[in-house]
Amino acid sequence: MEICDLNALELARLVRSRQTSAVEVVKSCLERVAQVDGRPGSLEQMPLSDEDKKRVHAFITLTGENALQQAEKVDQMLAAGEDPGVLAGVPFTVKDIFCVQDTLTTAASKILANFTAPYTATPVQRMQDAGAILLGKVNLDEFTYGSSNESSAYQPSPRNPWNTDRVPGGSSGGSAASVAAGEAPLSLGTDTAGSIRQPAAFCGVVGVKPTYGRVSRYGLIAFASSLDCPGPVARDVKDAAAMLGVIAGSDERDATAARLAVPDYLEGIEEGVKGLRIGLSPDYFRITYPDPVSGELLSQPLPEEVARAVTEAAEKLSAMGADIVEGVPMPNTRFGIPAYFVISRVEAASNLHRYDGVKYGLRSEAPTADLKEMYKITRNQGFGPQPKLRILMGMYVSAAQYSEQYYRRALQVRTLIRQDFEAIFDPAGAYRLDALLTPTTPTTAFKMASLYGDSVLMQYADQLTVPANHAGVPGISLPAGLDNEGLPIGIQLLGADYAEKTLFRAARAYEMTTQEEDWRKQKPEVLRGRS
Amino acid sequence: MSEQITKEVFDHLVGLAALQLEMEQAEYLRKQLNNQLKAIAELEAIPLEKDVPISLHGVPYEASLSAPPREDEWKPYPDPAGILAQAPQVVDGYIVVPDIPHTELK
Repeated sequence: MEICDLNALELARLVRSRQTSAVEVVKSCLERVAQVDGRPGSLEQMPLSDEDKKRVHAFITLTGENALQQAEKVDQMLAAGEDPGVLAGVPFTVKDIFCVQDTLTTAASKILANFTAPYTATPVQRMQDAGAILLGKVNLDEFTYGSSNESSAYQPSPRNPWNTDRVPGGSSGGSAASVAAGEAPLSLGTDTAGSIRQPAAFCGVVGVKPTYGRVSRYGLIAFASSLDCPGPVARDVKDAAAMLGVIAGSDERDATAARLAVPDYLEGIEEGVKGLRIGLSPDYFRITYPDPVSGELLSQPLPEEVARAVTEAAEKLSAMGADIVEGVPMPNTRFGIPAYFVISRVEAASNLHRYDGVKYGLRSEAPTADLKEMYKITRNQGFGPQPKLRILMGMYVSAAQYSEQYYRRALQVRTLIRQDFEAIFDPAGAYRLDALLTPTTPTTAFKMASLYGDSVLMQYADQLTVPANHAGVPGISLPAGLDNEGLPIGIQLLGADYAEKTLFRAARAYEMTTQEEDWRKQKPEVLRGRS
Repeated sequence: MSEQITKEVFDHLVGLAALQLEMEQAEYLRKQLNNQLKAIAELEAIPLEKDVPISLHGVPYEASLSAPPREDEWKPYPDPAGILAQAPQVVDGYIVVPDIPHTELK
């Protein structure tokens, strides 16, 4: 095992006790990047080589020199007896949807290719204030619009470290891939429909969607403002808990960031699950998907391996003292994607109107007769197909003549989805759950190019994660084994508003009881053959 | 909800969205939008009472948890030149754009 393979809390302990230096840690991570990442994402149209197909391609912008300078500062502080913070010397990557002062901030879109952020997003700043070291900005689906990373304007798009013929998931695919490949122990992602949890499941790492408002969105380039949640990607539950403790909290720059004290998520994290009530819902064991030819929506049971991972996890939690409650009704789960198609598009269309070639970002160099023509040519050149689809659908379903039929109805359905969660977590209700245990994704990581281009099928990859975004409740995805092709399977724990501490406790209990299982000894494909 | 986005409606949307699409991409996008409408149509299957309230966000904004509005104080930005440097075309501190079309109001 190399330094870069250690988890974040262990690295911080070694750095703070000066058993290693922050500079050594950063160098180890940069070496790993050099070994596995290949060429970074770029706007240049170059055909994929065989070598490219074996690499991870997590990064758009690597800030290696700056990271080494920051590491030197951490080491100097420690030498002077000062405290650099709880994540002293821990490298992290940032999804390139967050502003970081004086770095390129692209949203993986051509329209922001030349944009250098003038300020730093609150969660990034909090990581840096805690002594963590930014290693670089990682790739994503363009403006986060996707579930595979293939829609990025910056190619090659990331590939799954467990099998580079597979997608890493999305939209925080660069985040999950960078953590799984040992390039950094932590990454900051965002989750609007499952964009942290789905790639975490595909890449065999831990991903947390906090309660909406738990983490400030200041400095996050907006997709769907009522759904977007920044959150941690980590290699284990304790690291994710420590990172959330750093980035969570109120922020005068984001009125939706809750003024609620941030608990110590690590305190009591290993107390086990005795007495916790954990539910299983049949509504999370059936999946919906559109027929590729007719478009008709069909329903079928979950793949057996995915379903088995969830039921076996429930058995293990039961053996540790949790009360497993079966038959929990979540009847509106299947409407999560149709409602999301409406709500997220309306919010995205609104947020994307600001990109006009006037104040920042791309302006077409083509001669234009007037301002309106410049807008149109610039936006056509700058946006890829996914932003265009979202703008057009958002405008259609919110138009005066359709808004009652589509937008208002979707917002009512959102209420029903929220009520599903309120009912099962109600301390005086019939179920009184502490957590709902579900699969994270309908399948394991799918093949590159197998879904991209079919915007409906791709969206249904998020069907088990999106209800939590509608409801605003927290969720965590954690690894729960490998399928028969050696690809990671993720399970998900969902909780009541601000119940992250309970979710971490349950997730850590599962992690501890499976620590010695054979699948945990397996390494991603890109790391096999290393000592 | 079985309606389709016709070519005429689509072209109108493209104009409103300030886009200008090549024909091939326009056809692809219109087909995808109509496929998405089929999925959205599933919302019709839900027996919704008229008095079901809408939710603009999931977690309630309780006054005790929400930040109060900030004082409306003027604070000079430390680096306006840095902001202007992001603009594609600037002259003497002004952002330059192509001619702004004018419409005579009747």
